[in-house]
Amino acid sequence: MPSQVRYNRSLDWVTVGLYALMVLLGWVSVYAASYSPDAPPLGAGLSFSELMAFNWFKQVLWIGTAVVLIVVLVVVDYKAYDTFAFVLYGIMIALLIITPFIARPIAGSRSWLELGPVRLQPAEFAKFITALAVSRYMAGINLRQQNWRDQLVLAGLTLLPPALIIAANETGQALVFAAFLLAYFREGMSPLILIILAAAAVILILALLVPKIWLFGAFTVVLALVFVFNPKVFRHHLPLSLSVWAVVIGMVFGVDFFFNNVLQPHQRKRIEVLINPSADPLGVGWNVTQSKIAIGSGGLVGKGFLEGTQTKFDFVPEQSTDFIFCTVGEEWGWLGTATVIILFMTLLARIVFVAERQKSVFGRTYGYCVASIIFFHFCINIGMTIGLAPVVGIPLPFFSYGGSSLWSFTVLLFILLAIDAYRKQDLVR
Amino acid sequence: MQYLEGRKFVVLAIFLAVALVFGTRLFYIQVLDKSYKLAADRNTLQRIVQVPYRGLIYDRNGQLLVQNTPVYDLMVVPREVKQLDTLRFCQLLQLPIEELRASLKAARAYSRVKASPLVQNLSTPELAAVQDNLIDFPGFSIKARMARSYRTQSLAHALGYVGAITPAFLEKPKYAKYLPGDNIGITGLEAFYESTLMGRRGVQYRMVNVRGIEKGAFRGGEFDTLSVAGQDLHTSIDIELQKYGEQLMLGKRGTVVALDPKTGEILAFVSAPFYDPSVLTGKGMGNRYMELLRNPELPLFDRPLMATYPPGSVFKLVNALVALQAGVVKPETPFDCNWRLVRCTHRHEAPRNVSIAIKNSCNPYFYQVMRAMVLRGRSPKRAEDARLGLGVWREQVMSFGVGNKLGVDLPQERKGLIPSPEFYDKRYGFHRWGFKTVYSLSIGQGEIGITGLQMANIMATIANRGFYYTPHFVRRIGNGGPLPQFRERHYTAVDSSHFRAIIPGMQAVVDGRGGTGEFASLAMFGISVAGKTGTVQNAHGPDHATFAAFAPANDPQIAIAVFIENAGFGGNSAAPLASLMIEKYLRGKVIRKRWEFWLQGSADKFIRHR
Repeated sequence: MPSQVRYNRSLDWVTVGLYALMVLLGWVSVYAASYSPDAPPLGAGLSFSELMAFNWFKQVLWIGTAVVLIVVLVVVDYKAYDTFAFVLYGIMIALLIITPFIARPIAGSRSWLELGPVRLQPAEFAKFITALAVSRYMAGINLRQQNWRDQLVLAGLTLLPPALIIAANETGQALVFAAFLLAYFREGMSPLILIILAAAAVILILALLVPKIWLFGAFTVVLALVFVFNPKVFRHHLPLSLSVWAVVIGMVFGVDFFFNNVLQPHQRKRIEVLINPSADPLGVGWNVTQSKIAIGSGGLVGKGFLEGTQTKFDFVPEQSTDFIFCTVGEEWGWLGTATVIILFMTLLARIVFVAERQKSVFGRTYGYCVASIIFFHFCINIGMTIGLAPVVGIPLPFFSYGGSSLWSFTVLLFILLAIDAYRKQDLVR
Repeated sequence: MQYLEGRKFVVLAIFLAVALVFGTRLFYIQVLDKSYKLAADRNTLQRIVQVPYRGLIYDRNGQLLVQNTPVYDLMVVPREVKQLDTLRFCQLLQLPIEELRASLKAARAYSRVKASPLVQNLSTPELAAVQDNLIDFPGFSIKARMARSYRTQSLAHALGYVGAITPAFLEKPKYAKYLPGDNIGITGLEAFYESTLMGRRGVQYRMVNVRGIEKGAFRGGEFDTLSVAGQDLHTSIDIELQKYGEQLMLGKRGTVVALDPKTGEILAFVSAPFYDPSVLTGKGMGNRYMELLRNPELPLFDRPLMATYPPGSVFKLVNALVALQAGVVKPETPFDCNWRLVRCTHRHEAPRNVSIAIKNSCNPYFYQVMRAMVLRGRSPKRAEDARLGLGVWREQVMSFGVGNKLGVDLPQERKGLIPSPEFYDKRYGFHRWGFKTVYSLSIGQGEIGITGLQMANIMATIANRGFYYTPHFVRRIGNGGPLPQFRERHYTAVDSSHFRAIIPGMQAVVDGRGGTGEFASLAMFGISVAGKTGTVQNAHGPDHATFAAFAPANDPQIAIAVFIENAGFGGNSAAPLASLMIEKYLRGKVIRKRWEFWLQGSADKFIRHR
């Protein structure tokens, strides 16, 4: 079986096309966000070191190196990902542990490793390595069979990297690991966990928005109604239902404690601002307000390429990295933002499709991890730019400027495509 | 495991749900909600208004009255203020430290990075003290702007003043173009000709970045406009005559209005007591304004336009004219000086004709003229006869420009009062009044009020033998003429011939033997003055003295009305004052100095009386 031919045919060109399109659109946005009206268009005639002052030019380099990465990833024998998953995981954990000790503090966190001119964030790569490791482990167990030891190991594998990342003060990157729940759900995790977590989130948000005494009354009334209309619950599940009620009420009244004692001040502020952007108009609220203004002023068709005043005149902070979506919204309008959303949806659906056609649990789980991680970034990043999610500094996959981010998403995606390209060999295996 | 495959739809549904929420939310903030667009423009667009040079005001001989001079505001950029030596700073500016702290706080509240005024309207000496030391105070700077200043101490009432626009004005659509802190004419010519004087503002739109640094013109300056300087006003005021009039009225209360009857141009416009227009400029203007406002003598009250007095005997001229026009008397009609009808002013020769009656200001004569005018048997019922007669009388009288606004180019003109039959119906009841109720109108007393300006206009009308031009101040706007309405003749209901019949009587008032206005005579200069005295009884103390005249009688160049409150007999104070004004205007100088002393003396008497 000539493997070369097979892999050419089986590489999922739809996903590759979507990836290329998104990276290209991302670069166009980075160019608009970081070009200088004083410099010649596309920096014609500038020296290399002058060009290195522009994020759009550096992004060209990151994209070029990403292409090299892709070739390497696809050429490497797909079995290597399976085989070396735990080894990579071990190396990553070691790296995460030592990073805070050897890294210089940048923007309040010691999470960047500097190799000459290149800065890398190990946390970015923790995502795909953890995805590989949990998929590898998942392939050996059955989540439905209630094996506590296996589930504990799985939980440990998933929670260790974010714990280390939080220690390095990169809360945003740590939150991403919550995305794995979606993959575990597909592999058989009880939906109850998702429901309980969703319910907890809703209760916490309600407790911040609505007077607590109302919530207390409302939940008590709900409990009473359940007892009245379903007396069986009262007779057989009284202790359970009462303890659920107690936990809910405890959460309602405990939210202030959580808010004031567990969260750090800057995190607290970000949640406050989400509820009321004018609470801190010049601090965190500024980001949210200006980002909404930039996007909102785009209208239906946008102001046109390079015509965005809010981004051009620096009203939006972090505009080529975390707030890149503002440039899209301002210069291309709703048509642009809707296109980006549709692109992400198409990509996610395609990844789910690719994952589902894997014959191995490893491949499928990894596929779902990829989809979940990209989805989580999409949710939080776009959500924060339009005031629906707290300001958490995580990039928009393929769009945001930055080598670490682009490389890690490229690796994440193309490992899946490499596995997918050889999927038929699994039959042989 | 097959059943788990269904969960992919749950996962996809979650993806889709989020995508839909985002898509909808984006549609809302991008397409439906326009407020973000406005916010974006507020962010990046800076509107720079160029305030044009305000038009100047000149007198009739080209003398500059009102000009613009630079005043200086001390500006502060709070963020740039470093280690302020407050003690030295306050000494330099002679500013209480609390005031400095309050101003700095207000400036910080406005903006930390934009300049806001800390002390406004610094005078040149204050500027000199501050300017050299500013180098030691980073964050402070001087900004020059134009403010009104006055080359004359006279004419405050007509000129009006300029001040910062009030919030109440800003709300009116008429003033939509103004911004808080803009100057606007508040009273007088400054207010009436505001749009002319102001010119057109220029607006430039600049784009700025997040630090407020300019990034060029908005759309290449497509929406920018240049400012256009305001037009100058050339008034008809003779500032020397005006000054002289104010000097004569010093210490008195009242009005002097002089007109050029040939054009309706106002030559002098004195409202006493008066104030120096410079008082209402510069630093502390607000406090000085309040002082003027609280002054019991009401110096801000624009008497020639707003004070309505019964005209007294001067009004006998109008009554004579409308009666002649109605044909109820002839110039040679005699009536007897019957003291039982009404008390006369003094014992005098028999009023054998209108001229003699005017010369002696005979009250019973004009009682009978008015009675002949009003009671003409239009109705068998006497009360109805008086009613109809008064209506006819009123209509005729009002053609002299009384009882209505004349339409002078100043705001706040009063109509005055020429009573209608309905006025008396309301007061006494329908048909419950007759000629005996209204007879005092015959001698210009009772329920009648006219302004000093209207009185002067009556004189101009008589001088013109039957028509007037609306009195006005501005004879040339920029290089053009006056407003078009000031070029229209207004004819009275009385034929020109009847005017000729009463003028000899008016000349006799001044130059005839024993005339009531003999102190106004300028016969020694060969100038024939035609005038009429008046002594107005009123509820506020001694009689008001009035005198109205025009000269020369044959070729009138000035018509004048003088009204001095509580100064007694009109012939004693008002008449000489008017004659001095006429002398000044027609001869350019006054040599009858004794009358000036006389008037100064009567002012002393007047002050003693109060």
